[in-house]
Amino acid sequence: MKKRLIALSILSAVCFFSQAHAAPKTFVYCSEGSPSGFNPQFYTDGSTFDAAGQALYNRLVEFKPGETNVSPALAESWEISADGLTYTFKLRKGVKFHTTKDFTPTRDFNADDVLFSFNRQWKTDHPYHKISNGNYEYFSGMSMPDVLKAIDKVDDYTVKFTLNRPEAPMLANLAMDFASILSAEYADAMMKAKTPEKVDTDPVGTGPFQLVAYQKDAMIRYKANETFFEGKPKIDNLVFAITTDNAVRWQKLQAGECHLMPFPNPADLKAMQENKEVTVLSQEGLNVGYFAYNTTKKPFDDARVRKALNMAINKPAILDAVYQGAGKVAKNPIPPTMWSYNDKVEDDKYDVEAAKKLLEEAGVKDLKTNIWAMPVQRPYNPNAKRMAEMIQADWKAVGVTAEIVSFEWAEYLERSKKGEHDTLLMGWTGDNGDPDNFLAVLLGCDAVKDGSNRAFWCNQEFNDLVMKAKTLSDQGERAKLYEQAQEVFKKEAPWATIAHSVVYEVANKKVSGYKQSPFGLHQFKSVDLAE
Amino acid sequence: MFKFILSKIALIIPTFIGITLAAFLFVRLLPGDPITILTGERGVSDERRAEMVAQLGLDKPLIIQYFNYVKNLLQGDFGQSLSTHRPVVEEFFERLPATLELSFFAILIAVLVGVPAGIIAAVKRGRWPDHILMGTALTGYSMPIFWWGLLLIMLFSTTLGWTPVSGRLDIINYYFDPITGFMTIDAWLSGQEGAVKSALRHLILPSVVLSTIPMAVIARQTRSAMLEVLGEDYIRTAYAKGLPTWRVIGIHALRNAMITVVTVIGLQVGTLVAGAVLTESIFAWPGVGKWMIDAISHRDYPAVQGGLLFIAMLVMVVNLMVDLMYGWINPRVRDGK
Repeated sequence: MKKRLIALSILSAVCFFSQAHAAPKTFVYCSEGSPSGFNPQFYTDGSTFDAAGQALYNRLVEFKPGETNVSPALAESWEISADGLTYTFKLRKGVKFHTTKDFTPTRDFNADDVLFSFNRQWKTDHPYHKISNGNYEYFSGMSMPDVLKAIDKVDDYTVKFTLNRPEAPMLANLAMDFASILSAEYADAMMKAKTPEKVDTDPVGTGPFQLVAYQKDAMIRYKANETFFEGKPKIDNLVFAITTDNAVRWQKLQAGECHLMPFPNPADLKAMQENKEVTVLSQEGLNVGYFAYNTTKKPFDDARVRKALNMAINKPAILDAVYQGAGKVAKNPIPPTMWSYNDKVEDDKYDVEAAKKLLEEAGVKDLKTNIWAMPVQRPYNPNAKRMAEMIQADWKAVGVTAEIVSFEWAEYLERSKKGEHDTLLMGWTGDNGDPDNFLAVLLGCDAVKDGSNRAFWCNQEFNDLVMKAKTLSDQGERAKLYEQAQEVFKKEAPWATIAHSVVYEVANKKVSGYKQSPFGLHQFKSVDLAE
Repeated sequence: MFKFILSKIALIIPTFIGITLAAFLFVRLLPGDPITILTGERGVSDERRAEMVAQLGLDKPLIIQYFNYVKNLLQGDFGQSLSTHRPVVEEFFERLPATLELSFFAILIAVLVGVPAGIIAAVKRGRWPDHILMGTALTGYSMPIFWWGLLLIMLFSTTLGWTPVSGRLDIINYYFDPITGFMTIDAWLSGQEGAVKSALRHLILPSVVLSTIPMAVIARQTRSAMLEVLGEDYIRTAYAKGLPTWRVIGIHALRNAMITVVTVIGLQVGTLVAGAVLTESIFAWPGVGKWMIDAISHRDYPAVQGGLLFIAMLVMVVNLMVDLMYGWINPRVRDGK
């Protein structure tokens, strides 16, 4: 009996100490690229948002994991005035900023941090505006300088945003990474220490993880934030292993050197789905791959010609060959997952004879043109050159000869913004889950001036609908306007909408709690690893 | 010898000036600019574009931009990366140790394998060792690096599990702050058990891949040089005097053959440093090659200019060392005869 008691005691002690000193859980994400920096206010690339915005910071509101709906984050609640011009946020209490070797916060998050984070980007005379020579590209790109009239601190835990005009996507915009909240106290301390740039290079946020180290182009290491307001993450350490080649990422996943990888090679998907050690996650992307006609050039200024050429394109064949089935044929400029998607719209049927007839009716014969194809793989189009070849062959059948043109990516963007193309392949991934982010940004009349409307299409009826929808706060009413806008779009056909791609990610079977973001972001606060 | 060294160093100055001009112009000849990349598919209004252009100093005439650039260079200011807003000098020198470490092991493998292979092929000229070695060299020279690297990863890492897939260290089990930037040295300095072994294991595949082409070139060059020397009268005389084969080949023939081989090795070092891009991409090796390619894609003018300058200076230094070594091996060269 005595021996049994001793044995039991020893066993209990062993179990207790094993638990107390369990090996820390380190989750490794095979990231596709290096971050440009650690301040998400400056940058527009997904790698930076993953490494900085999602890991280190929070925003007043955030997108619910796996969804496009907005939920409370650093703001617990908010009120929007009836005229849509005032947003009053009640801030969450007890949220703590990270402690680093250079900074120990003496207070919790409050309204001063909100004002600092926005005023830095907005006010050109703000002491931090020019620090690190930042361009606040997304802040400007989302028209915040035009929209904002004032941001006021009502009290320590209440902030009021006053707008110049109603802006229905405003809440969604505030959930984007550029709207991350930085520490005003840290900024003051670094300014006093004459090292203000550290705010951007040695980040301090409220996020689920804290930066430990960054080895350029190789590895980013984080530790879990014990005081994270949503609860400490289940993993102790998070590591980004920067691996730019997707074939190598797959090898690393198989070898157990990482637990999750994004952007797999479509050709590897079958093998991945058959591999018993991994799970292939998929989600319909908030994106659209499209083929734009330059409506300023003849004969593409004629809607009949555009319609005819649309009818000559075999989209299901493109989906199979280019997307390898990983997607859905697109009929509208917004993806089906987005609210206000008009499912009643009928797509242009693939009908070669009808296409020929319509071209004849429009007086087009022996048309010679060009198809511009992107040189890079994008989430909405895995192989634009292949797609261009297929469209070229489709058009040959209706008597149209097209030359395929391509340039290096920067040159492609530059020349197409100037309208040098006849037709071109492009696409878009949504920023904030709002239809305005597609319809106004890509097809509005203002977008012709700033170069994002590559069809150079300015249709008054469409524009009026979209501009009006921007000013309304009732989603139902906005949806009706957007549905009408999609009908106008279909009738006028400034694009051939090709496909909405499915976005895949691959995870080791030990991973649980991970949710794919429709925006292509990668967030690990809820992730766990089985032993 | 001193005059010889001075004459070589004097050539560096005009070369350097030429390189600053080439570096400055090259990147600006590319269509597109940093603002195009920054905004991507999203458009930007003319006013905002003008603002950004002015902020980046790109609104000034090219000649003014060039003179400002040279003026800053002479003060040691290589500018700030437009992508990361960090000094180009820091960006480059943080990544250089990774490239140097990889290049060192690659050239070591290339020389240790390539030179003996070339000697054997020359000595056994026309026989099966010659055919096999030169055939292998030709294959190595012709193979696409990317494909070769992936093949090795699939075989040795994924299937056999003998080597890691990519990276410089087992990041799950080891972490330490970099001191020198050379992972093998930092691992040793960290004192963590197994860290040095992990660093060396991670070097195996990328070094082998990167050494493949230089190895082939060195083997072929050694063979040619040895064949030329082995046909000389003094070699026949050495054999006639009864000297052992190893002495004739290893001392009399090899020393003379090394003159051209050293030149080739020097050129390969320059190529390695500048051209390790593909190897760095496959093996996620955070070196300067990959950084430069990204900088060019982003039209990061200061980074491209600075990177080109630094790499050019490095290649010049290596070539200078090759010239000096050439002079040491061949006294006729250093005496100007």
